[in-house]
Amino acid sequence: MNTPVVDVRDLRKIYDLGEQQLAALDGVTLTIAPGEFVVVMGPSGSGKSTFMHIVGFLDRATSGTYRFAGHDVTELSADDLADIRCKRLGFVFQAYNLLPRTSAAENVELPMLYAGIPRAQRRKAALEALGLVGLARYGDHMPNQLSGGQQQRVAIARALVNTPTMILADEPTGALDSRASEELMVLLARLNEERGITLLIVTHDANVAAHGKRLVSFRDGRVVDDHPIEHALAAAR
Amino acid sequence: MSWTETIRLAVRALVRNRSRSLLTMLGVIIGVAAVVVTVAIGAGARASVSAQINGLGSNLIIVIPGNLTQGGVNTGTGAASTLTPDDGLALTKIPGVSAVSPGVVVRAQVVSPTANWSTQIIGVAPSYLAIRDWPIARGTFFDDAATKGVAKVCVLGQTVADNLFPGQDPVGRTVIVRGVPFTVIGLLTRRGQSATGQDQDDTVIIPYTSAMKRLTGQTMLGILFVSARDAADVLPVQSAIVSLLEARHRIAQGTPDDFAIRNLQDIANAASGAAMTMEVLLAAVAAVSLLVGGIGIMNIMLVSVTERTREIGLRLSVGARGAAILQQFLTEAVVLSTSGGAIGALLGLAGAAAIATLAHWSAAVPPGAVIIAVAFSALVGIFFGYYPAAKAARLDPIEALRAE
Repeated sequence: MNTPVVDVRDLRKIYDLGEQQLAALDGVTLTIAPGEFVVVMGPSGSGKSTFMHIVGFLDRATSGTYRFAGHDVTELSADDLADIRCKRLGFVFQAYNLLPRTSAAENVELPMLYAGIPRAQRRKAALEALGLVGLARYGDHMPNQLSGGQQQRVAIARALVNTPTMILADEPTGALDSRASEELMVLLARLNEERGITLLIVTHDANVAAHGKRLVSFRDGRVVDDHPIEHALAAAR
Repeated sequence: MSWTETIRLAVRALVRNRSRSLLTMLGVIIGVAAVVVTVAIGAGARASVSAQINGLGSNLIIVIPGNLTQGGVNTGTGAASTLTPDDGLALTKIPGVSAVSPGVVVRAQVVSPTANWSTQIIGVAPSYLAIRDWPIARGTFFDDAATKGVAKVCVLGQTVADNLFPGQDPVGRTVIVRGVPFTVIGLLTRRGQSATGQDQDDTVIIPYTSAMKRLTGQTMLGILFVSARDAADVLPVQSAIVSLLEARHRIAQGTPDDFAIRNLQDIANAASGAAMTMEVLLAAVAAVSLLVGGIGIMNIMLVSVTERTREIGLRLSVGARGAAILQQFLTEAVVLSTSGGAIGALLGLAGAAAIATLAHWSAAVPPGAVIIAVAFSALVGIFFGYYPAAKAARLDPIEALRAE
């Protein structure tokens, strides 16, 4: 349990804009231990999304090192990164990103499809994951038959289904009203608490951040603040 | 992901856009249907031509007199009088020859008690029927005794019988040719048109001796019908005839022969050559149609990749490798083109059957041709689907997720 899930050192991401160079990340060093619930905040352009993309293997850093669960992944091939995304990570996006005209259960099955899991087993695991997010009876519903909060919970079930080491969420409540977003955060906190899943959430909503255990603030591509969250709100919960 | 899984996924994606998928397939459908119909027409035409040629007697070789130059005017093949009945007799001794019949052809007016008719009268030996493979419908054919005895007997073709004795049985009646009465002893079966469009039933057959002595007064033959024992014997027999007749006619080397030889294989080849030209033309049209169909598939697949950029981004982010995305879109293209091919093949078979019914042909479409056509449409899918699929596989996950 001592090996950090994420261990990045001096991470830089430079965009070459021709005449000038833009550093989206300007030397980020950070470790995330297993079971942590990290909230990343910062104004737009602070590099928080870029950071999440690199940590989530959707993008590569220009320089710096990245050790994921003890393994150096800086030099891995695109296919190896795809395999890590498939088996070790779960993603939740602001816009849900469910496949239209595809049932909730089949949306949840998607990561297992690429993990090569047989069909019958996929269906069973998908229904279990939907049960965990409280949508056990919605397996056959199409995304357009579900509310925004329900759709985002389907997305969480999809992120959960391959039993990942870590779930990354980019503004997961950005499209939800305050009640639905509160419910969603309670669900995520519960998954973190009960199942020990490491969570990394990017948000700019202080109410959302209040559910986390550790707050990391970004500004101009650097970590400017990193401290545990006082659990006044959590106690009230 | 397994192949069955991929194909299931592709079919679902295509069914979701039913009408677009069908329209996209149309080019391939038309192309493959055209290929199948082409092959059917070609095969049908060839079968029909060879059936007609076989009807003439497929192993038939004919020898006709050569040309003649008189006072600088060349009279053309067949004009010289060089073939004798003895030549015919000599030809029967060539190995591989099954039968020989002399032939004398006269055009004359044939008169019955109630009507008259101008037709081709042909004097032959009794072996002629076997050589032409032409059965008698009623009555009998004349025998060797009749040829020897210069008998005044004849056998009528159906057209002649219909015109001279409408609605009556001609057997036993008498017809008059150039003042000579001939007893009708038989009626030939109906043969229909020849490959060159002549009515084969418009003929009267008599012993060749009677034709020479009673009608033409000549001692020379107009033609020799030779039948080889089997198709493989045709060419060796043909060259044996040439050397035998050159020897009999004392033709020195280097001087032109005073006779000419034709075999029906040559005529058959010419006829199927014409059919081949038509097939090549239609096949070119089919190929162009398949090409256009393939471009249509590529176009729609490119649109589809653009439309589904977010879906691709999502699939990449949940762990799809580039190869899996390539496989998915390529499979969609191949499923499109192959189903188009299959539908086209069915339509083509139906079209071929319809044409066969209308043209009274045998619509034998070789199964190999159908398989090749469908396989080719699958290749079209792979070829034209690869570029859009590769484009999808190369997408950057973040860019793709941001796409609207």
